[in-house]
Order: sequence, then C-alpha cells, then structure tokens
Amino acid sequence: MEQGSDTRTPAVRAVRAGMVPAAAVEGPTKLSIRNLDFFYGANQALKGITLDLVDRRVTGMIGPSGCGKSTLLRVLNRMYDLYPGQRATGEVLLDGEDILAASVDLNGLRSRIGMVFQKPTPFPMSIYDNIAFGVKLHERLNRAEMDARVEWSLTRAALWAEVKDRLQTAAAGLSGGQQQRLCIARTIATRPEVILLDEPTSALDPISTLKIEELIDELKQDFTIAIVTHNMQQAARCADQVAFFYLGELVEMGPAAQIFTNPKQRRTQDYVTGRFG
Amino acid sequence: MSSTILAEMPRADAKTAAGLGRRRRNADRLARAFAVLATLVALAFLASILITLLYLGVPGISLHLFTTITKAPGSQGGLANAIVGSIVQAGLGTLIGTPIGLMVGTYLAEYAGRTKLGTAVRFVSDILLSAPSILIGLFIYQMVVAPLGGFSGFAGALALAILVIPIVVRTTEDMLRLIPVSLREAAIALGAPRWKTIVFICYRAALDGLLTGVLLAVARVAGETAPLLFTSLGNSDYSGLGSAMASLPVTIYQYAASAFDDWVQLAWTGALLITIGVLAINIVARFVVRRR
Repeated sequence: MEQGSDTRTPAVRAVRAGMVPAAAVEGPTKLSIRNLDFFYGANQALKGITLDLVDRRVTGMIGPSGCGKSTLLRVLNRMYDLYPGQRATGEVLLDGEDILAASVDLNGLRSRIGMVFQKPTPFPMSIYDNIAFGVKLHERLNRAEMDARVEWSLTRAALWAEVKDRLQTAAAGLSGGQQQRLCIARTIATRPEVILLDEPTSALDPISTLKIEELIDELKQDFTIAIVTHNMQQAARCADQVAFFYLGELVEMGPAAQIFTNPKQRRTQDYVTGRFG
Repeated sequence: MSSTILAEMPRADAKTAAGLGRRRRNADRLARAFAVLATLVALAFLASILITLLYLGVPGISLHLFTTITKAPGSQGGLANAIVGSIVQAGLGTLIGTPIGLMVGTYLAEYAGRTKLGTAVRFVSDILLSAPSILIGLFIYQMVVAPLGGFSGFAGALALAILVIPIVVRTTEDMLRLIPVSLREAAIALGAPRWKTIVFICYRAALDGLLTGVLLAVARVAGETAPLLFTSLGNSDYSGLGSAMASLPVTIYQYAASAFDDWVQLAWTGALLITIGVLAINIVARFVVRRR
C-alpha cells in the first residue's frame, strides 16, 4: 500500500466525515507524566514516557499488543503496587502532586482516579450494592443520599432506565453491555477526577460498544478520561488527543485528527493505516 | 494444495483397513467389559454394606432410641446421650476449627502465594489432612486430658477441631483461588483496602464453596471414633463439656464388640444414624454447589 492511499482506512474516513474534532487540544493539564520508566522485574515495559492528560478531555492510547499502553494505565492508579517486582520510576503529577511517592494514600488516590477494565466485573451482589460498595469506602451517606447517588451514577452511565425497577436483583443477571455500564456507574459513583478505561468495549457487541462510546462523550464534561483501545475507529471517534505507543515508547502524541490523517512519524503512519499491529 | 500432500501418503488397502477396524472394535469391547465389571464389583461392596446396615439397623429405630440414654445390657437403653454428645462435640469442633481454617486458607490464597512460609504451611496442612486421626486423639490426650487430669467433651471437640482445620484450609484456598484476579482488582481500583476486598468481595463470591468445605468437614468428623477414645472417652449419661462425654462412634465401638444382643442392636442402629446424617450433609453440600 502506497503512502497517501491511507484515505481508505475507516479511522481516516471518520476524521474526514467530521466525526473527530480537528482542532488541537488545549486546556489545563490534569495528569502529567514525566520520564516514566516501568519494570516487570528486570523487564522494562515503559521507556521514558512523557505526556499530559488534558483536563476534561479524552486521551486515546493506541498501539499493538504489548506496547505498554495498559501498563501505563496501571501505573496511573498504582495498580501495579499489588504485585511485588513491578516498579515505576519518574513522575506522575495529579494536579501537581506526585502520585508515585511512597507516602501517597493509595485508597484515596484510587478514589480520585477510577478504572474500568476490559471485561465487565460485576461484584457478586445486587445492582444497588455494586454501586454502594465503592461509595461507602470513602463517604458516609444516609439512605436517601445513597439512593440519590445510585440513581445519579446509573443515570450518568445511561443504565438507569433499564435497571431502575430491579436494583435489588443480582448484577450478574445483566447483559455484558449492561454489566460494563454498571462498572462505569460504579466508578463514577465515587466521583473521581480521572477515569481510566482499559479496552472497555473489547468484550462487547457493536450496539453496547456504541452506547459506551456515546457515554464517554458525555462523561468528558465532568471527568478527565484516558482510554486504551485496539480499535482505531474507536480512538478516532472518542479521543480528543491520541498517543501511539510502540515497544514501550511513546512514538507520537497529538490531536486525534492529526494522528490519523497526518502523522509525523513513519511508525505511526504504518500502524494507523494497518500495515502492522 | 492439501490433496497433493495427501496423495503422497501411502493408503492402507481396504482389507487391511477392515482388519484394523475389527481389532480396534474388539479391543474397545474388552476394555469396556473390564470397566463395567470393576464398577459392578465396587458397587456390590457398597450395596452389601448399605443393605447390611439397613437390615440390621432399621429394626432398632424407634422414638425410644432418641429419648432414652444408654443403659446397662437388658434394661431397654437408647442412644439419646450419644446422639446429643456427638452433635455437641462435632458442632463445637466445627465452630472452633472453621474460623482458624478459614483464616489460614485466606492467608495461603491471598497473602502467602509462593513464598517459603506459604509453601511450608500448605505442606503441613496437607499432612495434617491425611494424618491418622488416632494420632490427633493421642496429641490432645497429652496436651489437654493428661494435664487437666480428666477426659472431657471439650477435649473431644478440640480433637475434632484439629481434624476440621486442614479440610477447611484446603477448600478455602482452592475456592479463593478460583475467584478471578479481575474481580479483586476491580474492588481495589475503587479504593477498597485489601481486607475489605477479601471479606466483602472474595468471600461473597466464594460463599457456596466455603460452605461446602465446612459441611464436608462436619461430615468427616461426625463419624470419627479414634480422636474421641482418648479425649471424651464416653459417658453413660448426659454430661457437660467439662466431663467425659458420650458420642455415637465411641458408643458403637463399645457396643458392637459386646456380648449383649441389645447393645449390638444399638450399635447397628447408631451406625445407621451416622450414615444417614453424613449422607444428608453431603446431599445438602451438593445442593449448595449446584445452586451456583
């Protein structure tokens, strides 16, 4: 495939069709990653990553499997702390405060930076309790306040209309797409500032995927969002800025339209046009 | 393309192929016949045990059995004190052993992983699981009965608790390991501390399995005789936990070998009661698992 014939890729078509904001991304920085290295034991998975998540914008992270994009998300909420042998060096500043510092209260941090995983993970309890569980970890609410919070978060996650009559039934009875929206509702119920989405639609059907993408567009009014995706169209549709990772390095970062139509790096060009990955 | 590769392969002629097929069919018939035969032999033993138990045990069943305590031969005794003693000791043993087993199992599954201490604890627990139960009885005799100067129902319950622990440890660890990592991470990502994740998410997700482990432990200790011989000894009357206490297995052990027909009858009926009880617990455990 010749360079220039890339207008045929779906991501580029989405950009041309005006579905992707073409303007450069501006705004205050919410989360600033500086010279981040990450190691699984002796194996270096991230090399000198420096990038900013812009406040209340969506940052898409793309790249082939094993490029480190999911690893980066797991650094941002210190999930890697669960596993001995994994360590990060460098700086990750949330509103100017280094969250990699040993003194950081991890549970407090995770209430500010929420995460939704690839596969829906409903807790083995009712829909209502799935949401209340996370809220109760950080706040003391009376019954009426909790009811209001549950309704608010389910409404924001576009799930309220479907479940309002069966809040006390088991969450496991929901469909896959509903379960994933419940997981999003559960995450926003704790009112985080940043939401990390790790391939949130890869286990879902196209209609559920569309719902979640619409939801992401809604949520960025209130939350700073980072989304890892293997789906280039999804990155083009959802993200304001896109970062392309390859072999643990950040190859290129820019407004979504530029990354998909006019990438500066050859490797980015090859990846977004489907030459490898 | 694949057809050219196949063409290079020499094919067996029809006659050889037919002979090969016949040999394989015969081998299959033979293997199946042996398997069925072995199954029938095993079932025959089991059936004869059950039939003997029913044949000799059922005639002794009456309300009298449950309302009257054990008495001297020829004086119309029952098994009431032994039944109560068994329930009390197995119940207390389970009550003591379950929390310990649950915590050790949780440690192994959630905290220890492949560490040296974890491996050592797992090894010791598995040895305890297969240790002869009479050894446990002797141990409690040395540690509790001898120093305190007397047999007691409490010592019996302790011996049973030691048998309960490794069973609950094993099932707890196995059940918690079945919980996907993603579920734990999801709770931790919400800001839940480790212990809340374990207690409110993992235990709840594994509840049926944990309950099954406890039920199997109860079923196991309900029929144990050896650990009680040196600990609670037996009693011809109702008794508190502080003194020697009757139990079904020990009563059966004493009565079955006696020269008195009515005691032998009581032994068979007692054995039938234990079998029914253990069977009932197993059925409940299976029902609990199937509900998943």
